[in-house]
Amino acid sequence: MASAVVLLLMVVAIMLGPLVWRLPINEIDFTAKLEGPSWAHPFGTDDLGQDVLARLMYGGRISLAVGLCAMLVAAIVGVLVGAIAGMSRGSVDAALMWLADLCLSLPQFPLLLLVIYLFRDSLKSILGPEGGVFAIIVVVIGGLRWMQVARLVRAQILSIREKEFVEAARALGASKVRQVVRHILPNALGPVIVAGTIDVAAAIIQESTLSFLGLGFPPDIPTWGRVLYDAKDYLDIAPYWALFAGAAIFIAVLTINYIGDGLRDALDPRRVL
Amino acid sequence: MSRQYLIRRLLIMIPSLLGISLILFSVLALAPGDPFGELASNPAIPPEVAAALRAKFGLDDPVWTRYLHWINAMFHGDWGFSFNSRMDVDTLIMQRLPTTLIVIGAAQFLAIVVALPVGVLAATKPYSVFDQVANTLAFMGFSLPTFFTGLLLILLFSVKLEWLPIVYRADLNATGAQWYWEQFKQMIMPVTVLGLFQGASLVRYVRSAVLDVIKLDYVTTARSKGIGERAVIMKHVVRTALIPVVTLVALQLPIVFGGAIVTEQIFRVPGIGSLLIASMLSNDTPVVMAVTFVISILVVLFNFIADILYGWLDPRIAYR
Repeated sequence: MASAVVLLLMVVAIMLGPLVWRLPINEIDFTAKLEGPSWAHPFGTDDLGQDVLARLMYGGRISLAVGLCAMLVAAIVGVLVGAIAGMSRGSVDAALMWLADLCLSLPQFPLLLLVIYLFRDSLKSILGPEGGVFAIIVVVIGGLRWMQVARLVRAQILSIREKEFVEAARALGASKVRQVVRHILPNALGPVIVAGTIDVAAAIIQESTLSFLGLGFPPDIPTWGRVLYDAKDYLDIAPYWALFAGAAIFIAVLTINYIGDGLRDALDPRRVL
Repeated sequence: MSRQYLIRRLLIMIPSLLGISLILFSVLALAPGDPFGELASNPAIPPEVAAALRAKFGLDDPVWTRYLHWINAMFHGDWGFSFNSRMDVDTLIMQRLPTTLIVIGAAQFLAIVVALPVGVLAATKPYSVFDQVANTLAFMGFSLPTFFTGLLLILLFSVKLEWLPIVYRADLNATGAQWYWEQFKQMIMPVTVLGLFQGASLVRYVRSAVLDVIKLDYVTTARSKGIGERAVIMKHVVRTALIPVVTLVALQLPIVFGGAIVTEQIFRVPGIGSLLIASMLSNDTPVVMAVTFVISILVVLFNFIADILYGWLDPRIAYR
């Protein structure tokens, strides 16, 4: 519960903060560079004299948006694949599950780096620097995380489709799509929600890792990982800069993980011990 | 453990290797950008020459021929030439690989050494103070991204206290005991960061695996025979509970390699992870492809080893 409150506070700060805290994120002021925390700059300033608090609030929007969108991609693909596999059985099921197993045994992070490395430039030219990087990061992170959801959904469908109420729907002539969408999925969503919550946290970590390696968002878009990447060369002079950025990632991920754990206890009674 | 089981596991490796190579190749083939793009736009080179070069290197062949060529070259160790380092990619990778394997191996060792006792102890007294503290620490452990913990350790031990070196060096100029000491000192931080991150999620797996086993009937039987609690846990519970944990350690390897890339980058460890990042930042595509390929093969290989260990530890599945 406490973690939900903390996360909510963070989200509110990120959404409404820039309306209250009106310092620009990209105004370069060399007279105020690398200043420690003060009333004018609660989180200090970076090497270009930009306000770290304003940058973190702006970057938080992107980091959280990446997390949510990547989770949505993973959940949608996962539910689709899982539903198709669970309803069709036979060779389609076997092929889809083989694909899921294969993707699970791929080294995800190197593959993520590879795809971004190969496709980044061309997508940037189509969608612009922000949109292109955002789209590719979301699609690739989400696209490499659907397997868990697919397996969960398939397992749920295999057991629920034999229950009496689905049998009844079948007897009434409901099509397969209607059976899945109206009768099976609403009863199978619990574990999917739990997996989705954990996925948000994982996607935030992956995005900030990419930005931290200098392969994510460009420097003018201060996501949390990017701020940390810029801060790491000034560790000895301005440690607060890296600490605030890292703490933002840590708190967001920790609270989301705790919420996921709480949801698991609430939604999945079998796992409670 | 039967020979049949071993052979079947070996045969299962082939389709997954092929699948992975297919995925890697399609990513490469679908990627925009053409190795001869610069030639085509260079006015000094007539179009016929460019076309002849394309034909010579097989760029206009149908996709499946190119795939066969590529996979053939990959399996023969013919991985191309690194433009950056001015040497063959396979020599470059073979130079870097041992460092990575040492760091990853030490980190996994540390993770297991920490996670096993903590997880078992937490499970024997569920919801005790120890369990809750361990659980909280585990949660914090895998919510802290490795790059942040790495920076924190550097800040504390290298910048403030100046106990440990910031940069990992493959060419230490020391001999004998001194060399081992220096090597140990520079490995502490990367291995701790990676190992504790792995250990944090492992603790939770160990705990739930032990909790699953500890309420089984045979454990009650062992207790009612009057065996001491310690012997029941060590000889009866832990041995059974470890079977799924072994698989998990192997299945987590893709994640470990991901973490190793980041850790190597932070501490400047000259392994294949930092090689991958450096090659990406300098557009050295042959190296990028080869490193990804090597990591994939290592992951498949460790999955295979996990399967073999699993069959050896758990006779129930060996003959299935």
